[in-house]
Amino acid sequence: MSNTNPLLDVTGLTKHFPVKGGFPIRRTVGAVQAVDGLDFQVNEGEALGLVGESGCGKSTTGRLITRLLEPTGGKISYRGQDITHAGRKELAPVRSEIQMIFQDPYASLNPRQTVGKIISGPMEINDINPEGGREKRVRELLEIVGLNPEHYNRFPHEFSGGQRQRIGVARALALEPKLIVADEPVSALDVSIQAQVVNLLQKVQQELGIAFVFIAHDLAVVRHFSQRVAVMYLGKIVEIADRDDLYGNPRHPYTKALLSAVPEATVDETPARERIRLQGDVPSPLNPPSGCRFRTRCWKATEKCATEAPPLVQVEGNKPGHLTACHYPETEGTIPAPRLSKDPQAAA
Amino acid sequence: MTPPTPSAAAPLEVTEESAEKSITSPSPKANESRSPGQLAWRRFKRDRTGVISAGIVIFFFVIAIAAPLIAKLYGKDPYTTYGQDIPGLLNDFAYPVKPNGGISSEFWFGIEPQLGRDVFTFLLYGIRTSLLLATAATVLTTLLGVVIGVTAGYLGGKTDYLIGRVIDILLSFPSTLFFIAFMPVVYNLFVPFDEDVPVWLRATCLILALTAFGWASIARLLRGQVLGLREREFVEAAKVTGASPARIIFKELLPNLWTPILIQSTLMLPAYVTAEAGLAFLGVGIIDPTPDWGVMIQRGAQFYSDDITFMIFPGVSMILFVLAFNLLGDSVRDALDPKSKR
Repeated sequence: MSNTNPLLDVTGLTKHFPVKGGFPIRRTVGAVQAVDGLDFQVNEGEALGLVGESGCGKSTTGRLITRLLEPTGGKISYRGQDITHAGRKELAPVRSEIQMIFQDPYASLNPRQTVGKIISGPMEINDINPEGGREKRVRELLEIVGLNPEHYNRFPHEFSGGQRQRIGVARALALEPKLIVADEPVSALDVSIQAQVVNLLQKVQQELGIAFVFIAHDLAVVRHFSQRVAVMYLGKIVEIADRDDLYGNPRHPYTKALLSAVPEATVDETPARERIRLQGDVPSPLNPPSGCRFRTRCWKATEKCATEAPPLVQVEGNKPGHLTACHYPETEGTIPAPRLSKDPQAAA
Repeated sequence: MTPPTPSAAAPLEVTEESAEKSITSPSPKANESRSPGQLAWRRFKRDRTGVISAGIVIFFFVIAIAAPLIAKLYGKDPYTTYGQDIPGLLNDFAYPVKPNGGISSEFWFGIEPQLGRDVFTFLLYGIRTSLLLATAATVLTTLLGVVIGVTAGYLGGKTDYLIGRVIDILLSFPSTLFFIAFMPVVYNLFVPFDEDVPVWLRATCLILALTAFGWASIARLLRGQVLGLREREFVEAAKVTGASPARIIFKELLPNLWTPILIQSTLMLPAYVTAEAGLAFLGVGIIDPTPDWGVMIQRGAQFYSDDITFMIFPGVSMILFVLAFNLLGDSVRDALDPKSKR
C-alpha cells in the first residue's frame, strides 16, 4: 500500500463528549472517550471498511470525517488541506467532495420534500448548474441508482426502505464527490435488500472511482465491499490491513474473536471452527481500562498490557500495511476465516 | 449476509422495465403523486364535522369583514340610539315595547334596552372587533412563538436554558389577574389619568398583552419539535452538503413544523375570542360604546332577568363560533396528523 499521497489522512483523531452533572451549577464531570487517537489513510478510489461492535466509535469517526462533529484533538487532512477545525465557509469547497450516506433511510430524507428537491438540494446549496439543468441531472442520478426517473416528483413516503436508501445514494452522488462516508448504509435494511444496495454502492465505487469509508458491523458485508479493513475497539483501531490479510491472518486477539463469531452457513467436511467466547462486557468509554483497552476481556493479558498501551505497528510476520496494536499477537492460521464466495462477477 | 446471487440484481431490471413502461404509457396517472399536504386535504374533505365547522367559521369571518356593507344594505348603524330617537320603541322603563326584545321586520334582532341601539348591527360590528383582535393576537403570538421556539430548539445550550426559564415563568403567571390589575396601569402610561383612552390604544394594548402571555406555550411546543427534528439525519445530510443554518431552518425544519403551528393557531384563535370577551366583560378590554362581543354580553348581563333576548344573540353566536372553531381545529389536527387520532 503506497501512502505517497492519500486522499484522506487522519492522525491522532480524538473526540471526547463531555458529561455534565451537578446541581445547581452544572459542570463537566467526565468525558465519554468515543474516539481516542485514530490514525488511518484513505487512498483515492479505495474502500476502507470500519468494523467493530456497537459503541466502539465507528459512527463518531464517520461524523468527524464529514465534520458534523468537532474533533477534540488530532488532525484530519483532505488532499493535504487541514480541515480539522475549518468553519462552514472554509469547508465549502471540500464539502462537495466528501459526502455521506446515512444509516436510517426513514430519517435521512426530509418527508416534506420531493425526491427531485432532495437530490437537487446539494446542487442548489453549492450553486452547481449542470449542463441541461438540474432536473436533467437528477433524472440521470435516479437512473444511476436504479430508480425510475419519473419518480422525480414523488415524496419519500411513497418508497420502500431500499428505494429510499437509493435516493440517499443519489443525493450523495449529486455533488460528484471523491469520498463517501457510508455510515452503516445497509444495517437498517432487510437482508434481501442489503445485497442490492451493497452492489449498487460497489458499482458506484468501481465505475465512478469514488473512495469509501464504509462503516458497518457486519463482517461479511465489509469483506465483500472493502479493499482495506480497520477493526475498532472502544475508540481505538486495534488492527488495520488489506482485506484478505485481515480475514486470512488476523493478528489481534479481538479481530480473531470477532471473526470466529461469524456464523458458518456451510455444512461440509471441514471441522467446525473453534468459537472464541469473550468474557464480560465492553468497558465503559467513560473510564476505559489502562494500557491496552482490550485487556479486560483478553485471554492473553499480562501485567504489561495493563501498564503499556500497545502501539499500532507492523508486528513481526505481518505483510506491509498490516498494522496491529497488540503486545502478544496471534500466530497465523489457528482459526479458519469464515468461508465466503469471493467471485467478483457475482457481485457486479 | 450471503454473497450476492444473480437474483439480487433482478429487481434492478424490474425498475428499469417499469421505467420504460411508464414513459411509454399514455396515462400520466401512474406517476401521479401526492404531497403530504394534498393527502391531508383529502382526509379533511372526508371529515364531515370539519367541513361543516369550516363553513360556520368562514361564515363568521365573511360577515365580520362585510359588516359595513351589510349594515349599509340593512340601513342602520351600531351607534345610533334608535330607541331614544324614535318614540314608541322603548317603554317608560326603557325596555323594548314589542315582545322578544323588540324583534320586528325593522329591527331583526330587536333593540337594546335603555340606549335602544340596533342589536343586529351591534352584533355584526361586535363580531368584527372581536375577530380582528383575536386574529391579530393569534398571528402575532404564532410569529413570536415560532421565532423564539425554533431559535431555542435550534441553538440549544444557554439560549435554550434562558428561554426555557422565561417560558416557565410566563406559564405559571396568573395572566387574567395581571390583565385586571395592570391593564389600567398600562393605559395610563400612554394617556393621562383623566382623559379617555382612545379605542386604537385599547385594541393595541389588548393585542400586545394577549400576545405577551400567549407565545410561551407555542414556543415550548416548537422547541420540543425542533429538538427532535434537529438530530434527524436529513438535517445532518443538509449540513454535509454545506447548507447554512438559515437554509436548514427555513427549508428543512419549518416545512416539518407547519402541522403543529397550524393546529396550535386554530385552537388559539377561539381561546383569544373568549379571553377578549372575558376582559371586555370585566371592563378592562374594549369598553362601551365600541361594539364588541364581550361588551354586548356585559350589557346583556345587566338586563337578562327582564330581557333575555338581548343576551341570547351574542351568547349563542359566540358559543356557535367557538365550538365550530374548536371542532375545526380538531379536524385540522386529524387531517394533518392521522396517527394522533384518539
